[in-house]
Amino acid sequence: MTNSDTPGQTKERPGPQSKYDYKNGPPPLNINMKWCKACNICIALCPKDVFEPNRDGKPIIARAENCTQCTICWVHCPDLAITSNYK
Amino acid sequence: MSTVTKDQEKQRSDVILNYLRPRKAMPTVWCAGCGNGIVMTAIIRTIDNLGLSKDNVVMVSGIGCSSRMPIYLDFNALHTTHGRALAFATGVKFARPDLKVIVVTGDGDALAIGGNHFIHACRRNIDITTILINNNIYGMTGGQGSPTTPAHAFSTTTPYGNAEKQFDPCGLAKAAGASFVGRGTVYHTPQLEKLITQAIEHRGFSLVEVISNCHTYYGRLNKQGDAVAMINDFKERGVPLAKAQKMTPEELQGKYVMGLLHQDDRTEFCDVYDTMMKQMKGGE
Amino acid sequence: MAQKERVLVMGNQACVLGAIYAGMRFYAGYPITPSTEVAEGCARELPKIGGRFIQMEDEIGSIAAVIGASVSGFKAMTATSGPGYSLMVENIGYAYMTEAPIVIINVQRGGPSTGLPTKVSQADTMQAQWGPHGDYTAIAVAPSTIYETVTETVRAFNLAERFRTPVTILLDEVLGHSRQVVTLPELGELEVINRVKPTCTPEDFEAFAMTENFVSPMPAYGDGYRYVCTGLTHDTHGFTTNRPDEIAPKLYKLRHKIIDYRDEIVKLREEHMDDAEIAFISYGTVARAALQATDIVRKAGVKVGAVQLFTIWPFPDEQIRQLCGKCRKVIVAELNMGQVINEVRRVLPPDVEVHGLQRYDGEILTPMQLVEKLEEVI
Repeated sequence: MTNSDTPGQTKERPGPQSKYDYKNGPPPLNINMKWCKACNICIALCPKDVFEPNRDGKPIIARAENCTQCTICWVHCPDLAITSNYK
Repeated sequence: MSTVTKDQEKQRSDVILNYLRPRKAMPTVWCAGCGNGIVMTAIIRTIDNLGLSKDNVVMVSGIGCSSRMPIYLDFNALHTTHGRALAFATGVKFARPDLKVIVVTGDGDALAIGGNHFIHACRRNIDITTILINNNIYGMTGGQGSPTTPAHAFSTTTPYGNAEKQFDPCGLAKAAGASFVGRGTVYHTPQLEKLITQAIEHRGFSLVEVISNCHTYYGRLNKQGDAVAMINDFKERGVPLAKAQKMTPEELQGKYVMGLLHQDDRTEFCDVYDTMMKQMKGGE
Repeated sequence: MAQKERVLVMGNQACVLGAIYAGMRFYAGYPITPSTEVAEGCARELPKIGGRFIQMEDEIGSIAAVIGASVSGFKAMTATSGPGYSLMVENIGYAYMTEAPIVIINVQRGGPSTGLPTKVSQADTMQAQWGPHGDYTAIAVAPSTIYETVTETVRAFNLAERFRTPVTILLDEVLGHSRQVVTLPELGELEVINRVKPTCTPEDFEAFAMTENFVSPMPAYGDGYRYVCTGLTHDTHGFTTNRPDEIAPKLYKLRHKIIDYRDEIVKLREEHMDDAEIAFISYGTVARAALQATDIVRKAGVKVGAVQLFTIWPFPDEQIRQLCGKCRKVIVAELNMGQVINEVRRVLPPDVEVHGLQRYDGEILTPMQLVEKLEEVI
């Protein structure tokens, strides 16, 4: 079984998806960096490639416009570190 | 069946924060990516949707990584000795049938040292909801084999491969008399929440086995990869019951059959006892 | 039990009567000779008064269910014998750590192992203090007559509730199975103590608060105090700790809540001790023989006295020193190979000769055997 992203491979990223207006409203999600343990689950499971890992491996929202509020990230976060501003 | 209204949906992502025990420091003690945390949030959302009062929920656990869960949650927490959660829980529920008793346990705690209490709680059909988080290993003590470690798999006490066959907790529970038996995984969380909801609402002994990942030990020793790799593997190997019923035993090898596997309406233990006692008094 | 009833009961049944008098309403147990009549009595009587009885799958399950009922707010007990007590000790230790009031009756039989299911011994006396692992201080009581079994059972529950701790009642096969007519105490005649419940707000509540007497108020489940009850070493809130400055105080609390208040727990009976030159020390069934032997020997003009221990643990150091310190010799009579005698040797000054009369063949010590021993050592 391979681990997450293989370096050197270009990922095909989905374009802007969301019906939510993140430009004029709050960001799609809040991430509690103190509770996050950089497990990578949210980054890997996100179907719309919203996140990028920062230097510590913790997620930052790189492509907010892609977020469709599918809930996959925060229902799979083991550390209660993600909440949504829309759900 | 509970349905989530639009208003509740709006609350749902941060409502879990209302259920954390005040004064208990976060983050949790579990490894990064451990499925225990995913099960914890699923349980919280379920309890919130059902509108249960925190004072009336007693969460009982044994010893192991999954058994650390009650300490983080703002219910009555009874963290007991290894393998004995169901026996303590039987005392609580039988003394106080008004309380909602939820047992959180693991594959070693419930099926090895706790095996005897497991089968008798099923046999009694006492109204306890048991969430058995099955990661196929003893995680807390550093990766020893458990009764659900697959044959030929590696652990620190089966370094040349496991010579034993693994238990099927759901089959065991059903044979012992449990009136509600289901299985979920930490990947298929919406289905898991629905199953836990049904389990709590069911009046009788309910078992929910949750397939979970110990990438730190089981995953590493058996080359299953990191948390993401193991959880994606559950996605591949999880088969809903309806589909599984159309598959051959060979096709089902290595698959996890998920969903509500068994439910019957056998009378619950406290109800049987109370009815008998009423009749005894009436007859005097 | 509203009027003064006279009943013919065996010791095991007297236990049930005493427990119900004290407010016991939950029993979980497993059959084992010679204690089974306690379970059967509770199975019959508890449902009549709104109590709960369950036969669990083993002794470990029994003690676990008893503790579960106790933290849920019930006065709860179980009864067993040596092999069952051995199985229970891990969870009895859990009850020590979590300060759960419970009562365990040990109707002692011959050991070790399966031993002598239908014959008597007092060989579990040390186990009543040292059974579980770790540091804690035990309370154990021992009646000698059927009436005392009723009153000591009430006292055991009172001690459990007052000190938030497990209490072991040491019966034996002879006491458990022999019958006497007893006049039952009326309601209100004997004091009944209940655990102290918290009165503060849930926000201010500390599950294992360091109070002045080290005993923390204990809520029942559903009262609104959602605390953590764990067997891991914990701080005053119940959270597990690895800090030396929280570990030591917890263990100190477990010991000193009992040992600093030993005077409330110690109970013994003394006969003719003011001028005794030689004394019998005994407990349980043997005490009856000792008291009779003392009568016989006194009539012959010998200055003999008798001390009967009702509380074995914590051991009554001061009282034994005071009563027996001026004796030339003491004879510690037990149905084992010498257990309480070690405590007696520990507390008495070296100029008092300590002799043991030990019977461990499954039979009781008779008054004449005690008399013969006295003639031998005097």
